[in-house]
Parts: sequence; structure tokens; C-alpha cells
Amino acid sequence: MSKAVICCDRLGVVLGGMNVLDELSLTIYEGDYLAILGPNGGGKTTLLRVILGLEKPTSGSITVFGEPPGRASGRIGYVPQRLFFDRDFPISVLDVVLMGRLPKLRLLQRYGRTDHMKADEAIETVGLSRLKHSRIGTLSGGELQRALIARALAGEPELLLLDEPTASVDPDMKTTIYDLLDKLKERHTIVLVTHDTGTVGHTVSRVACLNCTISMQGPASSLDTASLENIYGHPVEVVLHNHSHSGSSGRSDRHG
Amino acid sequence: MADMLHFEFMRNALLASILSSVACGIIGSYVVVRKIGSISGGIAHTAFGGIGLGYYLGVNPLLGVIPFSLLAAIGIGLLTRKAKVAEDTAIGAFWATGMAIGVILIGMTPGYAPNLFSYLFGNILTVPSSDLMLILLLDLLIGVVVWLFSKEFLAVSFDEEYARVSGLKTVAIDLVMLSLIALTVVIMVRVVGIVMVIALLTIPAAVARMYSRTLQGMMALAVLLSIAFNLAGLGLSWVFDVASGATVILVAALVFLLSGASRMLFRAKRS
Repeated sequence: MSKAVICCDRLGVVLGGMNVLDELSLTIYEGDYLAILGPNGGGKTTLLRVILGLEKPTSGSITVFGEPPGRASGRIGYVPQRLFFDRDFPISVLDVVLMGRLPKLRLLQRYGRTDHMKADEAIETVGLSRLKHSRIGTLSGGELQRALIARALAGEPELLLLDEPTASVDPDMKTTIYDLLDKLKERHTIVLVTHDTGTVGHTVSRVACLNCTISMQGPASSLDTASLENIYGHPVEVVLHNHSHSGSSGRSDRHG
Repeated sequence: MADMLHFEFMRNALLASILSSVACGIIGSYVVVRKIGSISGGIAHTAFGGIGLGYYLGVNPLLGVIPFSLLAAIGIGLLTRKAKVAEDTAIGAFWATGMAIGVILIGMTPGYAPNLFSYLFGNILTVPSSDLMLILLLDLLIGVVVWLFSKEFLAVSFDEEYARVSGLKTVAIDLVMLSLIALTVVIMVRVVGIVMVIALLTIPAAVARMYSRTLQGMMALAVLLSIAFNLAGLGLSWVFDVASGATVILVAALVFLLSGASRMLFRAKRS
């Protein structure tokens, strides 16, 4: 059994009098490629914020790399959801990616040669070398998402946390994001939250369904319409492109 | 207009224009990209209390402005970030309190308060050489701190949450940045006065942003624009014999309006 990276034990978070997370128990292991699925308002982003130490748990416990959240910033690469992005901010792709090196540097320490090397590597990994010196606001949704992934990678994290990585991306660009993650799963533990039930099934190795608490988790092949309808409370479409998992009930060929 | 340079006060005015533009272009760029213009306005107006204090104690009012604007910067920063007071509430409270203290202290000062008007609306033609020294020192201080904190300032400006996740002490870094705004206010009081500081902090940087790809580029362009606005305003005020600070602001506003309009037209044409 591989090491546990994140352990949530009966985790509860109350925000503004609402139980956003309740009795949530979930363990994420080294090498996992986990998708946390759930409806909007189901607590997906809150769970990420707790893992990052931005939100305090109200009850229960959580450890990240065996420590309380917020202590292991250098080992986590965070890719936030970027819907409200100041497209006019005068900053180049390279300068954004360099920020991924922040956890490695002391206060007032300047970016050095290693930092530039790691940033360049990360930009190459996500395929944006051509746009390295472009202003960040000129990128398309898919390119911007890849730039944010490069920023996370520049810090050489063990764990990648992605919040809705395909939310602001054109449908035909979604696959390239998932192809990229597929490449990255060799060297990183990956956790992504999404309500994109259509595409995610065939790529991740494990899914967990979150609506206030974890109602179902298991290998991606066990994802079926019934359990998702259960947490969403309305019919959903599940498309598993990998046809060897014939247990899935959603068999439509393409996802719109 | 060439005869302008024969006067010492005119040479001082030109030097003050250039020196103050350095601070206001650099710090103004942060104000614009972080959208903290109203905090800056609050800091500037609170500083009126410091001018009152200067008059009351019989010292250079700029020396009173330094503690008041710094206090406002730290106070507004802490109230909004630590005590979770709504930002506009904190700004309003400091703004009015600072002005009130200024009014009372000036009232308590025996006799007439000379040049009060120039601290409110600026008078670059009366900048004494001793104030130029002070402005130069503050410029150097601001430049050094910005150079030291450039990585941190860029990180909190672009994505504060990501900076926090990365382990930066974002509240402390914010307070440093707000303090620099406070020092810039001290510099600008002589040039355009407390009431109009906010325009020179935002307009040159806002125009510069339209044509910049990096923050450093934006800062450099904002400094140059600010110098240009100052010189043009100074020249026009000389020719038409009107208030210099106000003329500088109107020149800046006109350029801002024109560059905004041309951008709108350009965009409309493209789409």
C-alpha cells in the first residue's frame, strides 16, 4: 500500500451557518489520480481550500503530508479555477509561471537561475514555449489553463490540486488538458475537482462523489449513472470512452 | 516661456515635478493594477490631520503628514484585512477623522494659517529646496523597498490567494505596500495637494497600462507620462496664470479621456 498524502477524518466545515462539508472521510494516496465529482455548491472548492489551509475545518481532522494544512505549501501545486481573470494585468506567461517558485524562496530572495530553469521546463511540459513572453491576457482559455498548470509544476510539487481545470476551456480543448494530466500522473499525485462528469471517467484512476460528504468512491470504472444521479439529485449523463468498462449504463457516443 | 527657467522657484518646480513623478509612476502602477485607488484617496485625506499637526506644532506640515498617512495606511490595512471591516467603511472613517483632526488643530493654532490652500490643492511653484531634499530621500526609500519586494509585490498584486497558498505573509506585504502609498502621498502633497493626489496616482498608470506588457514597463511609462503631465500643466498654468496643481490634473484627465476614447474607437473598428 502506498503512503497516504491527504487524510480527512469525519471532516466538517460550516460556512455562514451552512454545513458545506459534513462527516467527510477520504484518504488520498501517493500516485493517485483522483477526480472529485459533485454538483455546484457541493463543497468541492471548499474541500480544496481546506486542503490548502485557506479554510479551517469546524470539526473532524485533516492532515496533508502528515501535517496540518498550510504547512506543506512547497509540496503542493495548486491550479485555481480562473473564471474572473484580470485580462489587462501587464504580466508575461513566464512571470506568472515563475510564481510557482515562491514556496521555494525566502522573503526578498530574487528568482535565480534554477528558478528560471524550472519555469522554462514547466512551460515546455505544457507546450507553451512559443508564448512564453506573451502577455497572459492574450492567451485563450485552454492556453491560460495550461499556463496555470505550468505555474503549479514550476514548484516541483508532489501533489497537484486542480479546481475545475476544464471549466473555462473550449470543449475541443478539454481533451488536450486531460492528455496533459495523463502525462503528469506518472510523476505526480493528482486530485482534481470537477462537475465535468462526461470526460473525466475515462482518464482518472479513481473517483469520489461529493455532495456535502463523500457518498461513493471507487475506481473510475465503477462510476455509473445511478450513483451520480443520487448525489446530483437529477439525471446526469455519464460517458465512459473506454469501452472495456461495459458496466457503465451511459452509452451515448459523444458528450456535448 | 523660455524665461521660466531664470527663476529659482521655477527650477525647483521642475525638479519637484520630476522627483514626484518617479514615486507616483511606480507606486501608482501598483495602485492601478490592485484597484486600491480609494484606499489611496483615504490615506491622502487622512493626512490632512498631519498638516493640522504641523501648523499646531509650528513645524513643516510635511513632517506631520508622514505619521498621519502611515497611520492611515496601517490602520485601514489592518481593519480590512484582520478585523474584516468593509473596506469602504474603514476608508470613510479614517478619511473623515483625519480631516476633522486637521480642522480642529488648525483652529487651535493661534493666528492665521498661511499657505493652507496650497496643501489642499498643491502649489508646485512654492516648493522650497528643503522639501526637495525630503522628496528625494522618500523617492530613494520607495525605490529601494520596491526593488527589494518586487517578487512579493507582483505576487500579491496578480493573485493574492495564490501568494498566500505559496506561504507568503500577504497581510504584512500589503501593509508595506500601503505604507509606500502613504509616503508617496507625502511627496505629492506639495505638487497637487491632498485633494488631488489620487488623480496623479491613478491616471498616468492607467494610461500606461493600455500600452504595457509588463509591470516594469508600465511603471517606466507611467513615470514619463507623469513628468509630461506635470511639465505641460506647469507651462499652461504659467501662460494662462492659473493654479498649477489643478492644471496638471486637467491635462492628465484630458489625456486619459482621449486615450480611453481612442481605445474604444479602435476596438469598435476591429470587431
